[in-house]
Amino acid sequence: MEERTFSDISHGKFLNEDKLMASKCKKCGAVFAPARPICPKCKSQEMEWTPMKGTGKLIAYTCIAVGPPMMIEEGYDRNNPYCSGVVQLDEGPKVCGRIEGVNPKEPETIKVGTPLKVRFLHRGEGENIKTYLAFKPE
Amino acid sequence: MKEKRKIGRGVCVIGAGMSKFGMFPDKDSKELFVESFKETVESVDKGFDPNDIDALYLGNFSNDYFVHQGHWAPIIADAIGHTPKPATRTECACAASALAFKEGVFAIASGFYDIVLVGGVEEMSKCNTAEVTEGLAMAAFPSELVAGFTFPGIFGAIGSAYFAKYGCTKEDLFNITIKSHNNAKLNPKAQLPFTIRDMMNQKIAKAKKKGRTVPFWNDEKEFLRDPKANPVVAYPMSLYDCCPISDGASSMILCSEEIARRFTDNPLYVIGIGQGSGGGLQSPTNDNITSLEATRFAAAEAYSMAGLSPKDIQFSEVHDCFSMAEVIDIEDLGFFKHGEAYKAINEGQTKLDGSMPINTSGGLKCKGHPVGATGTGQLHEVWEQLRGEAGERQIPNKDLKIGAAHNLGGTGGTCTFTILERR
Repeated sequence: MEERTFSDISHGKFLNEDKLMASKCKKCGAVFAPARPICPKCKSQEMEWTPMKGTGKLIAYTCIAVGPPMMIEEGYDRNNPYCSGVVQLDEGPKVCGRIEGVNPKEPETIKVGTPLKVRFLHRGEGENIKTYLAFKPE
Repeated sequence: MKEKRKIGRGVCVIGAGMSKFGMFPDKDSKELFVESFKETVESVDKGFDPNDIDALYLGNFSNDYFVHQGHWAPIIADAIGHTPKPATRTECACAASALAFKEGVFAIASGFYDIVLVGGVEEMSKCNTAEVTEGLAMAAFPSELVAGFTFPGIFGAIGSAYFAKYGCTKEDLFNITIKSHNNAKLNPKAQLPFTIRDMMNQKIAKAKKKGRTVPFWNDEKEFLRDPKANPVVAYPMSLYDCCPISDGASSMILCSEEIARRFTDNPLYVIGIGQGSGGGLQSPTNDNITSLEATRFAAAEAYSMAGLSPKDIQFSEVHDCFSMAEVIDIEDLGFFKHGEAYKAINEGQTKLDGSMPINTSGGLKCKGHPVGATGTGQLHEVWEQLRGEAGERQIPNKDLKIGAAHNLGGTGGTCTFTILERR
């Protein structure tokens, strides 16, 4: 594997490969996803890559009826809302992602604390491929 | 916390003004700021010569996007005849003009300038709702945006976590909306100066006039529960949980403490000022998603500098871009314990005549939120309340000495807390 910098761009490249990778601080052991080059806890700049299992639980969510152009293009609107959430990975980091396999039209049925597993949503092809982080109930 | 913050020499507010907030298709940023500036100059009790202004600090978030024009500090300086003196723009999303205020305080405290004009302006309504939503989203974190989050969605998500943790419901938030509208009705500068009851009556009258089925709601809460009247924007945030799209400007004149009484016998003293930053929903330095680290930090700094605690603050404007934000703001500022603000709101403690009045202006929700103008707009309300000039919405039965304003940008990316005192 080539050396990748601890950056959002590297995070995106790993997602394209169906991998959720984090940076681990060599000094204090804290884990960050997406990867970051400087540890905000102990300020160390010594990081190493570590894979995430891709499991976690939902800690916050919303069902959006009025979305940004990116989501409107995917067919979401007031009659077809989508769910976005924050997931706390089992290894600790909190990550934002789209939440699938739930019913955004009945948001009260979605429960904070639900165990989730990662999914990789690929959009576009070849050079233009972009992968969005998503989660669905296990 | 490090050693106590202090400023080099005292700073006072000697004048304050604001344009009306609203949607003004026939007004541009220059006209709005001039409106605010004129009122600010006229508000100085013993008279003020604008030639005495040493520098301008202007908050503006994103007129670059909203009207495709950048570099607003000199444009506004030119509009008010301030050139060739210095003009500086501050940008930190919706907290832009609280930072202009802070820069003005620093400039005077350092001894570099004696008198400065601070303020903010934003011109948003030339864009449609989708464009404004996209423009505002530029203040979020990239990781939030790729997950599809909008700002109502971000505060909705914080709400979902708060609901799960503390048992608060959407119904509890209705009391914030009703209170904000009640206060705004008493504010001649407010964008939405009507109560929820007024809005219900207006909808009923409109239906009658057009010969449509006349809607009926037993009370305000039933109206807010009605998805036709109050559609979901980003669950659990519905239309009446969200601030409107606004145009507007606000401004204040600051000077050193030694010369303040030349201009007024009733200056306000800047006794506490704090600013924090935050990493958004994913922040690795914030363990609690129902609390903003930047607000907590800003508040701790301001309280420390002022030598005060939350119970000393008699009233406060807080950044209620969404109803849920008001709940977590007043907890993070220490006015209420975590998990208890919504109960206090239900008890009426944050009403105009309550024990801790919050957003007497109507807040961002009803006074309006022209983002770059909001910070000094909030401080304008503190100015009017502390000087007993708030008219019908003057907080009753209190000898007001200390008031504060909390301004928030992005996903709590920037938060400020400013405490003013009347002596």
